[in-house]
Amino acid sequence: MSARFRPAHADAPWATLLVAGAAVLVAILLLALPLAAVFVEALRRGLPVAMAAIVEEDSLAAMRLTLLVAAITVPVNLVGGVAAAWAVAKCEFPGKRLLVTLIELPFSVSPVIAGLVFVLIFGAQGWFGGWLQAHDIQVIFALPGLVLATLFVTFPFVARTVMPLMQEQGRDEEEAAATLGASGFQTFWRVTLPNVKWALLAGVLLCNARAMGEFGAVSVVSGHIRGETNTMPLHVEILYNEYQFAGAFAVAALLALLGLITLAAKTMLERAGRRHSRSAT
Amino acid sequence: MSATLASGGPSHVAPVPGLGLTLGMTLAWVGLIVVIPLAALAIKPWELGVAGVVQSLADPRVAAALGLSFGAAFVATLVNLPLGLLLAWAIVRLDFPGRRALDGTIDLPFALPTAVAGIALTALLAPNGWLGAPLMAVFGWQVAYTQAGIVAALVFVGLPFIVRTVEPVLRDMGRDAEEAAATLGATRPQALGRVVLPALAPALLTGFGLAFARSVGEYGSVIFIAGNMPMATEIAPLLIVIRLEQFDYAGAAAVGLAMLLLSFAILLALNLLQRALRRGRR
Amino acid sequence: MSVHIRDVARRFGRTAALEGVSLEIAQGEFVALLGPSGSGKTTLLRILAGLEGSDAGVVHIDGEDMTGVPARERRIGVVFQHYALFRHMTVFDNVAFGLQVRRRRPTTAEIARRVRELLALVQIPELERRYPEQISGGQRQRVALARALAIEPRLLLLDEPFGALDALVRKDVRRWVRGLHERLGITTILVTHDQEEAMEMADRVAVMERGRIVQCAGGEQLLRDPATPFVAGFLGEATRLACEVRGGVAHFDPIALPALRVALPDGPAQAFLRPGDILALPGAGAGTVRAVADPAAEQPRLLVEIGDLRIDATAAPGMAPARGTTCRLSLRGGTLFAADGQRARAEPLARVARLVGDSGM
Repeated sequence: MSARFRPAHADAPWATLLVAGAAVLVAILLLALPLAAVFVEALRRGLPVAMAAIVEEDSLAAMRLTLLVAAITVPVNLVGGVAAAWAVAKCEFPGKRLLVTLIELPFSVSPVIAGLVFVLIFGAQGWFGGWLQAHDIQVIFALPGLVLATLFVTFPFVARTVMPLMQEQGRDEEEAAATLGASGFQTFWRVTLPNVKWALLAGVLLCNARAMGEFGAVSVVSGHIRGETNTMPLHVEILYNEYQFAGAFAVAALLALLGLITLAAKTMLERAGRRHSRSAT
Repeated sequence: MSATLASGGPSHVAPVPGLGLTLGMTLAWVGLIVVIPLAALAIKPWELGVAGVVQSLADPRVAAALGLSFGAAFVATLVNLPLGLLLAWAIVRLDFPGRRALDGTIDLPFALPTAVAGIALTALLAPNGWLGAPLMAVFGWQVAYTQAGIVAALVFVGLPFIVRTVEPVLRDMGRDAEEAAATLGATRPQALGRVVLPALAPALLTGFGLAFARSVGEYGSVIFIAGNMPMATEIAPLLIVIRLEQFDYAGAAAVGLAMLLLSFAILLALNLLQRALRRGRR
Repeated sequence: MSVHIRDVARRFGRTAALEGVSLEIAQGEFVALLGPSGSGKTTLLRILAGLEGSDAGVVHIDGEDMTGVPARERRIGVVFQHYALFRHMTVFDNVAFGLQVRRRRPTTAEIARRVRELLALVQIPELERRYPEQISGGQRQRVALARALAIEPRLLLLDEPFGALDALVRKDVRRWVRGLHERLGITTILVTHDQEEAMEMADRVAVMERGRIVQCAGGEQLLRDPATPFVAGFLGEATRLACEVRGGVAHFDPIALPALRVALPDGPAQAFLRPGDILALPGAGAGTVRAVADPAAEQPRLLVEIGDLRIDATAAPGMAPARGTTCRLSLRGGTLFAADGQRARAEPLARVARLVGDSGM
């Protein structure tokens, strides 16, 4: 018998080749090329030009602002997300479904709308517009507005990674801790948190990546004031609209690097998390 | 034993403490950041009165923008269904050099900031770009600055949703059903079409919903490649921005509200479709 | 250390998980809560532990009213069904936990001493540095026990702790836990659905059915004087047969079994016959031996087919049973329940027995 045995569910070798080849082609065209384009375009006029665009004054200001926004946003959504995850996973109360739906809502909302809603509240014609102007407080077109819009957009990330894991792990260990005399905080800190640390970290990473890379929402609340209310993505837009393509792509390349690092870190965390949970009782 | 016994009414105990504190924190967090702002969106348009809202939305420019945003999202997500399925299949079922790398690239649209993706896609698909030039030369197609460009950008944005939703289902499915089909005499295409595909239908539907919802509201990835001509290549989020710049807050809110309501209606329909599918299987 | 439960009720929506439950447990006693799933035993345990509230009734532990007292203040040790060990902590840290979270925390040295003492007590001192996933089920259970004992509980609650163990390990562990109880003297309550386990380990067994305690007594008494048909059927092994009482005699027609004398009113009744109550005698008769358990024993147990029924019986002394041989059955006694719940022990009608055997009635 010359033919090798082929299991019933397998495909002919030519089919496998075709599918694999097609998949790789799609991935290259659709996914890898855009990424490559960023770096190629950034270096089109040579490395010095790219570097100059990055260390330029407004660019540095944009980076500082991006970091600042992230530094405020991520901890808030971290605390809120963990609190929500605990309440839903470990306690009983009515309306859990509604709460979870509300938490996931920002995912279905356009980033522009995310910015819009805060303009509606704090903008010149907004609910608090008059009051804010009277007290000379700037929310829109200033840092607070940027933070609020980013909070909205990155809202679900931590909750979404931690909540299902906490639910899956159940309440047994927390109940045991209670019978052993631990207070609520002791139980959370010593028992629950260590069990979800990988997922928590992954959620924080994603939240951070989105916070730094957000464009639509901050574009609406920003005012685009160079050096003051421009985050890095907005700075990319400005450079691009002024036809400073190399500069725009250079800053974009930095952001792309951030994205790649986040991706790599997340994959490593997922692997670590899987190793950790495979060994659970 | 004590001489007097307590009355013995109900005593409520929560095994795990902390409900009060965490629920309070959660409600404050959700309320301030999500609920109240969205309430503002729901309330603002009605400043114009019902007639005013209707007039604001009856503007042909609004219809064009909404039609474009929803239409392009629909087409792009449809295109993503077979593409996403292809990629998921390759990752789960096949083994070839570079499979791991392939798996890694899938999440790229998730990780890349939208503005970065936007300018990159424009560079690629512009008439002088790596992909745009050959397309122009061979087929005479222009992609950038047209509706096709918008669809292309949305395909990029939505692809990972389909792949990552189908992947776990495909992995869990195992080979059993296909083997059974083979023993019953089905050819490979028959087994795939009659057994595998229907089993994946719910996941595909879920992925469709997620990708669609994301694509409808997408801004950063699309705004550079779109062209932004009113009535032709102007997406709804852009219209909102323009109205805001004109200080037409209520008008902007009207468009935003319309977008949200339409999205929710479609997602609800998808949800019902999924439930009907599931009921059909019981 | 003494537990007083009075009229405890717990309802989930329309269903009552517990209704009118009362129980007294003395200091140092070992009581089992025995019943099928859904009988409410775990619910009662959780109410005792403070993990759930009750809708009515009181619980006193050592004279103190436990209403409103949260779990963490009750000083009750709980061993959960699936142990609930802290998966990311070593065995040492698991056991030390209860000591580390105390308001007045002992010194590190003191904690270490106590933990090692406990690990030695449960005979796993070498597992100190291991993680729960690295040890066997039986070892995990000992860790769970040591952890619960670390807080010096005045009451120990065990929620079906042996269910996840292999049958072989289970027997050893049961004996060992009972030994531990005798050594330490802590009042213990065990929840189980395994009646053999309950009878072997506990001083008293509270049999629960559908949220109520139907009988609470020592094992022997439960077997001898079951209060209800449920208890009679649930404990030990019993064949349940319908019979008709006429003039103080219970008849099993159409089944070929001799009648029994019983002090019950006329009417239908249920008879619970243990294998020891049914004797299989050699010779011609209505019964056929279908299976022999433990043939080497002095009086092996037999599975006898009689009519449509298969009954567990005991071979008469001197009988050499083999599969397929015929035999006749005689009854030495049994517990009967009338339709209204009235209960009586039955006795053989001595002079009738021989006749019945011959005629095969």
